[in-house]
Amino acid sequence: MSLSPEEVAKIAHLARLAVTDDDKVALGRDLSNILDLVAQMDAVDTAGVAPMAHPLEMAQRLRDDRVTEGDRRDRYQAHSPAVERGLFLVPKVIE
Amino acid sequence: MQWETVIGLEIHTQLATQSKIFSGSSTAFGNPPNTQASLIDLGMPGVLPVLNREAVRMAVRFGKAIGAHVAERSVFARKNYFYPDLPKGYQISQYELPVVGRGQVEIVLDDGVTKTVGVTRAHLEEDAGKSLHEDFHGMTGIDLNRAGTPLLEIVSEPDMRSAKEAVAYAKKIHQVVTYIGICDGNMQEGSFRMDANVSVRPKGQAEFGTRAELKNINSFRFLEKAINFEVERQIELIEDGGTVVQETRLYDSDKDETRSMRTKEEANDYRYFPDPDLLPLEIDAAFIADVVAAMPELPDARRARFQEQYGLSTYDADVLTASRALADYYEAAAAEGGDAKLVANWVMGELAAALNRDGVDIGDSPVAAAALGQLVGRIRDNTISGKIAKDVFAAMWAGEGDADAVIEAKGLKQITDTGAIEALVDAVLAANAEQVENYRNADPDKRPKMLGFFVGQIMKKSQGKANPQQVNELLRKRLDT
Repeated sequence: MSLSPEEVAKIAHLARLAVTDDDKVALGRDLSNILDLVAQMDAVDTAGVAPMAHPLEMAQRLRDDRVTEGDRRDRYQAHSPAVERGLFLVPKVIE
Repeated sequence: MQWETVIGLEIHTQLATQSKIFSGSSTAFGNPPNTQASLIDLGMPGVLPVLNREAVRMAVRFGKAIGAHVAERSVFARKNYFYPDLPKGYQISQYELPVVGRGQVEIVLDDGVTKTVGVTRAHLEEDAGKSLHEDFHGMTGIDLNRAGTPLLEIVSEPDMRSAKEAVAYAKKIHQVVTYIGICDGNMQEGSFRMDANVSVRPKGQAEFGTRAELKNINSFRFLEKAINFEVERQIELIEDGGTVVQETRLYDSDKDETRSMRTKEEANDYRYFPDPDLLPLEIDAAFIADVVAAMPELPDARRARFQEQYGLSTYDADVLTASRALADYYEAAAAEGGDAKLVANWVMGELAAALNRDGVDIGDSPVAAAALGQLVGRIRDNTISGKIAKDVFAAMWAGEGDADAVIEAKGLKQITDTGAIEALVDAVLAANAEQVENYRNADPDKRPKMLGFFVGQIMKKSQGKANPQQVNELLRKRLDT
């Protein structure tokens, strides 16, 4: 299994990662190795084995429905590059 | 060519919890932007989501209300996509193992026929924030107050065959989620949002056509219009030799049309995987039993009980159980007023008209249920006539006090004293000697109609306060003997 530079480019784009052409080759090799490992695991007979969603053998703990967080907007926005009328400003996104 | 429409709906209901699904931030609507966005909602590194028990209870309540299987074990997954109102870069949702499995609801169509619509699944997920595109000198403003609000996404089977059926189904789900108190149902505030998957196929064909997804519709009227437009568009397209492409479209209510959203290249490549921050959700029999024990009466059951207990017609029971708030109001008014049928008439008549006229919700009615019941009680004990009661109601609506206070203040108490009514009858007969003569000479068949004239005069003279039954009786006694 070997990933082409185009496939690497697509995966990088989905993750919004800027990858140089040189890196694409190396990353393609690394990702292919991971997929080979997955293929190896795929070959094991897992009939009757429940899929694992989490490595810990525990169930999710639940919390009570209580409001415990107050307004800390000023502190949370202190490091934002652009804020106006309480809103975070980001480069325009149009649908 | 005869075409058949196929529709499936995905409905996002905001769950009515106090706090968010994975953080302790408030879910209240309408507060200043980003004042309800905690470190978890902002997607800061190093924080962990912790699941809200009440959100789980609400999901289970919905599952049991539609006869669905509730999963003993369900898993949260990350749905990965980039958008500024989703700070983490993924939405926590459920994918392969949702909390609620297959269930169903019944809808009643215009012709009175009942149809069963399947619910494929319902899963828990978090809402995104809001993007404001206007007025920020070329930038987009982001408010994350809504980010992390619990959603239950309810996915239907492609069982609907017309826009009307889709609307009936959506209204049914709206009724159920508001009845069981898991969603406030407020569509203006976005608590209940609908996506419609619409396709057409030649009648008789087994396979489905290619579907378009109509996104984010927030009213039943727009749902119907958007689907009807989309069906026409697809049929015309195919008949002109074109093909429907699978895409997301937005309904523009101003232009009454659907428009293709700019298709993102990898639109559906969400790369779901189990969220390592959350353990599998396990729901045991005791948890479910606890939810079931607290389940409020469901709309269908309540409608049947209204017919049984109050002797109401199917139509009346249907109208009065349309929403839980209305049904609660009716029951409280009936308990006070005594005569269930008369109270029903008042709720569906005078009250509904006033609510409608002033655009007021039943929950905000200036005339409370007990107050309306008291008014009906005053009709029953002959303090006032039904006609005068309408004036009393208008005064109560205007905030002039309860029924007794208005009757007292305006001197509207009904005249039931026989002597007083006799005096009124005699005065009217004396003033209309000619009509009395005509009446006595008239054919007995015509007399009842002529009697109306005298009743009218007497009621007028008493300013509507004379008891109509007594007036009729005394009048007949005077004229017919």
